Amino acid sequence: MRPFVRRRQTVVGVFEQNEAQLVANLTAQVVELLRDRNGPPESSADPLAAMVGMSGPVQPPEDPVLARLLPDAYRDDPEDAAEFRRYTEQALTSTKVANAETVITTLADGGMSEDARDDADVEVELDDGQVLSWLRALTDVRLALAVRLGIESEEDAERVAESDDPGTAAMADVYDWLGFVQETLVEAAG
Amino acid sequence: MGCVTAAATGPAPAEIAPDREHDAMVELEDPWVTIVWNDPVNLMSYVAFVFRTYFGYTEEKATELMLAVHHEGKAVVSSGRREEQERHVQAMHEYGLWATLERSQL
Repeated sequence: MRPFVRRRQTVVGVFEQNEAQLVANLTAQVVELLRDRNGPPESSADPLAAMVGMSGPVQPPEDPVLARLLPDAYRDDPEDAAEFRRYTEQALTSTKVANAETVITTLADGGMSEDARDDADVEVELDDGQVLSWLRALTDVRLALAVRLGIESEEDAERVAESDDPGTAAMADVYDWLGFVQETLVEAAG
Repeated sequence: MGCVTAAATGPAPAEIAPDREHDAMVELEDPWVTIVWNDPVNLMSYVAFVFRTYFGYTEEKATELMLAVHHEGKAVVSSGRREEQERHVQAMHEYGLWATLERSQL
């Protein structure tokens, strides 16, 4: 990966084909998780209420990744937290899904291929709005990976980086690399 | 928020100056704060970037708040009306920051 750099009105980053596919794949997995949370829209008991945003979930998600992506807004007041969630969670989910879709679309526009043998670089060019979507979507993926890796403190982060378990070590590498990608994007965004 | 609504909709006697009274009530009814909590995932540069771009804080203030979150475990990043703080918390969640709102302890 070549770090993101600013080029006049846009920010440009270059990924190797397999890196681009990795980012798209992880981002798509977050979308899938978020969609599982709400189920298909037509399954809503009251479509009208759903349409005007009055029938959202009130309980925090059981899945720890979703619980981190869609956290309670009130720490010590479950009733206020439930009420807030009911009115806002679906909008938050939609924003996150839209951010993820921007990542996948811009990677595809940059030349990401579905062919594993394709080794052409993927050049991603982002306007300011797309930069924000990328930053947020990368955050969501990193949060998800961190939950799966059991990273709850700075010490945990160091521990997984030195793990002897090959699966954990590989996931920790991806997590670190995404941190690097995001760091260069924050810097380029200015 | 009851007082604010009452002040806004109740009959306002023209001969006395209701504005000062109204302002005082708004002050009293304003004790909500947005708190951002530390987490080991979000990059320091990103957290400062969010404070700068979303809240419009200067580089200096954004960095100061980011360091407060990092070292003290949390920081109050905004205060004001409850609805406003709810919008900020929602926005922080869009950015992937861990934020809550509560009544100010002040």
